[in-house]
Amino acid sequence: MTQLEYREPGPAISRTGSFYWRGKLAYLGVLPFLAFSGLFLLYPTWNVISGAFEDNYGVRSTAMLREIFYSPIARTAFGNSLELSFKTALVGAVFGALFAWTLATGKPGGNFYKISVALSSALAQFGGVMLVFAFLATFGFNGLILTLATKYLPNSFLADAGWLYSMNGLAVLYTFFQIPLMVLVFLPTLENLKPQWREASDALGGKAYEYWLRVGIPILIPSFTGAALLLFVNSFSAYATANILINLGDYLTPLQIAIALTSETGGSNPAEAKTLSFYMVVVVVISMSAYALLRKKVSKWEQKR
Amino acid sequence: MKQSFGLRLWRWSIISVVALYLLVPLYAMYDFSTKPYGFGDQGRTFRAWQMIPTQQDLFPAITRSLITAAIVMAIILFLVVPTAIWVHLKLPVLRRPFELLCLLPLAIPAIVIVVGIAPLYRWISINLYESPITLAGVYSMLILPYTYRSLSAALDAVDIHTLAEAATTLGSGIARIIFKIVMPTIKTGIINGSFIAIALVLGEYTISNILNFKTFQVVIAQIGRSDGNVAVAVSLASLLFVILLLLIIPTKKRQGSVLDVDTI
Repeated sequence: MTQLEYREPGPAISRTGSFYWRGKLAYLGVLPFLAFSGLFLLYPTWNVISGAFEDNYGVRSTAMLREIFYSPIARTAFGNSLELSFKTALVGAVFGALFAWTLATGKPGGNFYKISVALSSALAQFGGVMLVFAFLATFGFNGLILTLATKYLPNSFLADAGWLYSMNGLAVLYTFFQIPLMVLVFLPTLENLKPQWREASDALGGKAYEYWLRVGIPILIPSFTGAALLLFVNSFSAYATANILINLGDYLTPLQIAIALTSETGGSNPAEAKTLSFYMVVVVVISMSAYALLRKKVSKWEQKR
Repeated sequence: MKQSFGLRLWRWSIISVVALYLLVPLYAMYDFSTKPYGFGDQGRTFRAWQMIPTQQDLFPAITRSLITAAIVMAIILFLVVPTAIWVHLKLPVLRRPFELLCLLPLAIPAIVIVVGIAPLYRWISINLYESPITLAGVYSMLILPYTYRSLSAALDAVDIHTLAEAATTLGSGIARIIFKIVMPTIKTGIINGSFIAIALVLGEYTISNILNFKTFQVVIAQIGRSDGNVAVAVSLASLLFVILLLLIIPTKKRQGSVLDVDTI
């Protein structure tokens, strides 16, 4: 019980007694957790990072890093992944923020608020299998919108399910879980906007648009950007949705990693998978660090707890 | 509060656009799952819904996913929570490193963890026994940031040092302090963390698919290849179940605060 022990503030030599060792023994308490996370978290991370600097025979080299960096297939996939994540993060952030604003200005604790938040929590986790089925049931073969479109708008792109499998189709699917996530992340910020600011602006004769332009938006920009970065990472790391929709495509980095890892035709290439993963981790770490920096800025005015 | 006409127009147009986008696919799922087999739109049928209980792979998969979720929760209760309390009580020096370790999974996409764990997983399945425990281990690490967030918020809210000192004076040991005294006081945090764990385990696809482990999601995807209507019905049923669960649990800005990393 470290808290209760009376510690002699004497010289270091006197601290070799049992008190000293009891203090050190406390470190043993974290050993089980450390071993466990070492096995399931630190080991995989280390495995990927060190593996990126090795070839398939375990020899240290940066050949694979360079090969992937200059490989046109990997470059295209990486570019596609970045573009898709950027687009869906932007669209999701804008619409999610607007929707969060309608929630924040509505009746707090009302039924609409409650249902929207519950629905958002469910739909933000909705990526993957169920999301693909939902959109196949909507725009896919024999789906709701497709059936209507073939009847009334036979010449529009909606009458053919092909667009769903393109990059734009994927973007529409990804936005479906980005908007609810944005609502969840951004709602607390909007609720922390102080009504006094609006009152001050009104009292000084500011119009509604002037309040938003000069006070609201400048103050929300850091947390908006932070939330958008979170959405970016969310869609950048997404694998399930794309994998189910396009079974064997390789035009996104996560899909390429899975193919390099599990190729059943004997072409399995763990070094390639690790190198691609390493590049992904680099992007995610950069985005998350930027996010953490932005959050620091935000917490200056946003008093939590 | 009286709102101006322009403001109300804005609100309702935003609400209707977003609601349309989010709700039409959900309605389409219902529509699709009640469509008669084949073409044409003559009437409704609940064939797909009636076929759910006849799916052979489905119930073993749900059981497997629930067992995995139970193991994940056991890991949280008996490993993560006690360690968090231990660090709070006895090793304040380690609080920052512990927090960083817990937030590390935020920087590592699931697909990357699979790449890293695949050799170990293969070794365990070949030399030991293929069990959900390995999978549960990976999952419990994936949700570590969320668990940590709800735990540390709960631990900060109560003065556990005083509680621990009082308990020690009255003669209880450390195990009793952790499990009988501190854990009941942070019950809400633990329950919140556990719900997130269940949601994650039931919805996880990436890792189990690549490691060839037939969990709930993997089996739904498999059903989708043979009978789309049934797969859509199962998806809609599980989604409704989750929404119902979330409406029952008292939500108090849970998700929002969970995702903050402002203390790094």
